[in-house]
Amino acid sequence: MGLILAKGDPVIEVRGLKNVFGEQVVHEGLDLDVRRGEILGVVGGSGTGKSVLMRSIIGLQTPAEGEIQVFGEQMVGRDEEEAKHIRRRWGVLFQGGALFSTLTVAENVQVPIKEFFSGLDRQLLDEIAAYKISMTGLPPLAATRYPSELSGGMRKRAGIARALALDPELLFLDEPTAGLDPIGAAAFDELIGELSHALGLTVFLITHDLDTLYAICDRVAVLADRKVVAVGTIPELLALDHEWIQEYFRGPRGRAAAAGAHEEQEAGA
Amino acid sequence: MSETADISHDAGGRRRVLRFAGNLTLLRVRKVSEELKQVQDEALDVDISDVERMDTVGAWLIHKLQRDHGARVIGASAEQQLLLDQVAKADTPMQVRAEHEQPMLRLVAEVGEATKTAMSTMLGLIGFFGSLCMSAWHLIRHPRRFRFNAVVTSFDMVGVRALAIIGLMSFLVGVVIAQQGAVQLRQFGAEVYTINLIGRLTFRELGILMTAIMVAGRSGSAFAAQLGSMKLAEEVDAMRTIGVSPMEALVLPRVLSTVLLMPLLGFYASIVALIGGGLLCWISLDIPPITYVQRIREVVPMTDLWSGLIKAPVFGMIIAMAGCYQGLQVRGDAEEVGMRTTAAVVQGIFLVIVLDAFFAVFFTEIGWV
Repeated sequence: MGLILAKGDPVIEVRGLKNVFGEQVVHEGLDLDVRRGEILGVVGGSGTGKSVLMRSIIGLQTPAEGEIQVFGEQMVGRDEEEAKHIRRRWGVLFQGGALFSTLTVAENVQVPIKEFFSGLDRQLLDEIAAYKISMTGLPPLAATRYPSELSGGMRKRAGIARALALDPELLFLDEPTAGLDPIGAAAFDELIGELSHALGLTVFLITHDLDTLYAICDRVAVLADRKVVAVGTIPELLALDHEWIQEYFRGPRGRAAAAGAHEEQEAGA
Repeated sequence: MSETADISHDAGGRRRVLRFAGNLTLLRVRKVSEELKQVQDEALDVDISDVERMDTVGAWLIHKLQRDHGARVIGASAEQQLLLDQVAKADTPMQVRAEHEQPMLRLVAEVGEATKTAMSTMLGLIGFFGSLCMSAWHLIRHPRRFRFNAVVTSFDMVGVRALAIIGLMSFLVGVVIAQQGAVQLRQFGAEVYTINLIGRLTFRELGILMTAIMVAGRSGSAFAAQLGSMKLAEEVDAMRTIGVSPMEALVLPRVLSTVLLMPLLGFYASIVALIGGGLLCWISLDIPPITYVQRIREVVPMTDLWSGLIKAPVFGMIIAMAGCYQGLQVRGDAEEVGMRTTAAVVQGIFLVIVLDAFFAVFFTEIGWV
């Protein structure tokens, strides 16, 4: 296993990333650090390459230029076998859940465990699947269902149960609350917050959901003009004089979310 | 740092103490869970103050001790306690593996299910035919709503683009019939009847049948896939909302073009098969083309051509209807598009062959032998 990093060390380091699709340059000279134990929210307008950035980090998209380090290890140009022990240490939730359609939810959750830790006994495997499933707020009945029998929100929950299967140190979430009802979305925020706190999880979270940003993100990275234009806490970002950031956080939705977060803090105090 | 989660028993006091140390994580959990199976005691203490790292799986094992053996946990850090609480909260009785029915019972259930599906598909197809007729009648009364462009596009896809493959296939079929026929008939010294075999078989049966199979594979499947993905993307619903009838805009043009093209394609296929057979007769039986054509004109009655051409539009109708019907049945996810496409082809070919058998008997009965 790699080095055990202290809190605050960067888990992900991206330097000078460039991604090109045909004529279109998506990223150029993009730098980003994700620190250990933090929840980093990644925001940006549609088409600014949030998902592409995530895909580059997890190795699904080979960048044209640049370096990416995860857990202090170089990821670009790494061969598949070598990268396997790094992959084991992270979990990914894709936008649509990306569950395997021929397996039940419980079997989906067990896939990564079986892949990396063969020889666990069936009973423990089932127990692990069961508590992971109910941890994500799915009803017990969902365990034996197939993905096609679930609603979009339930699929997302099952997806996160699978992402959490190996108790990863690093979690990539691509719009986890999109398509969930507000109550479900709030429960999801709470779940991610609690898990990241309890497990010391580092979370890379792509979102459009301002409530999520206020509720659980330690820092927020803003993608615009092909790079990360700013990283910081929300108050820090608000102090910046950047048109998109100001519009994003000061717009009607941004103000509503801020007010909501403020109210919650008052109630808590 | 201890790599493994060590367990030590301490039976000094009245309560037994189970002490964990090191990493209590998924990586090490196999051994620990084996050992924990041995634990029988009630009312024991679990000391996890020396545990360096614990993940949810570790917490789950501790939680099970609490749950099943009334264990008391000592020395949990705040974070570990949080994890234990999380896991305890998530402990709900759950059936993880689907129950398997008895094989015999499942067999019966599946046969029943398949029968039900077949019945409802037949009914559905008949209903579909009905609504197709209704929208055709509607179109006849309002001819300005006829979608000429859609029909032409469909002509291109179903007909023009299929010419090469149907031609090649028919040519080869013709060659094979001639060659095999010649080999068999030679035994009786009746090689010359190879021509009768080719002529009658291609016009009456094979030309049309092989074309139907190819059209079902090429176009019936394409119809199902197209309409299926349109259904998935809610295009069909959007159409209805705007007031466009999917039957009129999607189904009728496809059915109409297939019905019109099948006789043409079938005739074309028969001619090409005839050429293939003739070529083989010329090369291997030394029958010159002139003689071949003359013999064909003598031995193939006109009724053979008619019986082929009468069947063709009916087959086209069935293939296109099966394709469109299955496509519009898609609900749910992309996987179903694949299943429905397969069903469209299988049903199309099956129904074509069933009807072909009826036609064969019918034409013989009315004296077209």
